[in-house]
Amino acid sequence: MAKTHVTMTVNGQSAEELVEPRTLLVHFLRETLGLTGTHIGCETSHCGACTVDFNGESVKSCTMFAVQAEGAQVLTIEGMANPDGTLHALQEGFREMHGLQCGFCTPGMIVRAYRLLQEIPNPTDDEIRMGISGNLCRCTGYQNIVAAIQFAAARLNTPAQQEQAA
Amino acid sequence: MIPAAFAYHRPTSVSAAIALLADLGEDARPLAGGHSLIPMMKLRLAVPQALIDLAGIAELRGIRRDADAVVIGATTTMADLIASDELASIIPIIRETALVIADPQVRARGTIGGNVANGDPGNDMPALMQCLGASYLIAGSAGSREVAARAFYQGTYLTSLRPGEVVTGVRIPLPPAGHGWAYEKLKRKVGDYATAAAGVVMAMQNGRVAQIAIGLTNVGDTPLFAEAAGTILTGSSLDATTVDRAVAAAEAITAPASDGRGPAEYRTKMAGVMLRRALARAASPAAAR
Repeated sequence: MAKTHVTMTVNGQSAEELVEPRTLLVHFLRETLGLTGTHIGCETSHCGACTVDFNGESVKSCTMFAVQAEGAQVLTIEGMANPDGTLHALQEGFREMHGLQCGFCTPGMIVRAYRLLQEIPNPTDDEIRMGISGNLCRCTGYQNIVAAIQFAAARLNTPAQQEQAA
Repeated sequence: MIPAAFAYHRPTSVSAAIALLADLGEDARPLAGGHSLIPMMKLRLAVPQALIDLAGIAELRGIRRDADAVVIGATTTMADLIASDELASIIPIIRETALVIADPQVRARGTIGGNVANGDPGNDMPALMQCLGASYLIAGSAGSREVAARAFYQGTYLTSLRPGEVVTGVRIPLPPAGHGWAYEKLKRKVGDYATAAAGVVMAMQNGRVAQIAIGLTNVGDTPLFAEAAGTILTGSSLDATTVDRAVAAAEAITAPASDGRGPAEYRTKMAGVMLRRALARAASPAAAR
């Protein structure tokens, strides 16, 4: 089958490739671009391990074709750390609050939480639980993930951090 | 889980999409959000030779208010529906229903056109559209037509959509001012299809039901418009005896499958329970909001 030209911006960098139309976005990210931080879990749109940020929304990259991302802005876990190499507040939060055990769901959790905190900068625990309801974790029981996201929300909402980020 | 190969087309107008559908024949499928079609393709239960991606057609996405109706473009996502404060103020049951569909990521991609056109009895929007008296705007090479949601569904994945046709939007008449509403959905977990669900839109006058429509989800081969139950309730004060009769009439039209969501008898009863809860909430003064 003929390949299709696709151009998108991934973590701020332009990516231009020829892909088979049937190539899933997650396979494109992992295999074509070598960005293996985005994980493949259930492959059935349930678990959220493959979550990436797509044009300002969280999506499951196992349920999209790369060709559908033509012209899109994509953010993966590889794009989360600050430009100076320090961890994003969410990464810091997951480390400090023990928001992971095996770590398999973590990239999807963090990328999803990133968008959630854009939508709701001061979420309640319930809002976090609903916000990450498309991401499954089989280790933690979620309690520490909620705590990790609250840690990041608090950090991102302190004026000092905002100045630093600006 | 890699789909079979296909050719990809991304037209920028409805007429171009229809021309492609006509040229490519029945092996081509329109692609909207893809959250029903792509999983089927990954399982190779669907093997289209070509996909016609509707995402490039700007006119298909958006919410527009007419004099007496709201028109929602087919590729408007569940997230778009939830985000629209204007829609929530006119027809609040749409946001309420969209919020119990799947999860945030899926709602960011899933579209109203795909949800209603797919013909999956597990989808929530079809029964809601029946409840609201909506109709579907359909375009094809033979011209455009409009089909009532209540007449659209023929069986599981079987609709009155003809080959070469595509749903371009839904038209929803404005519900009566001061109406009550509720969509009650029983599911095993977030993201699940309904074990049973019921939607109610009603207007009361002097303590009596002036107008009511009831839709049921995932308790039959198609979404179900519970017309007889509505007729029983019309004119009543929603007294217990009348509600019992209406619930029995609604349960009587269900024919759910016995599956992981429970045996058929249970799901029928749960349809009744969901209807009771939806009636109570739609009628309560608090629900008048």
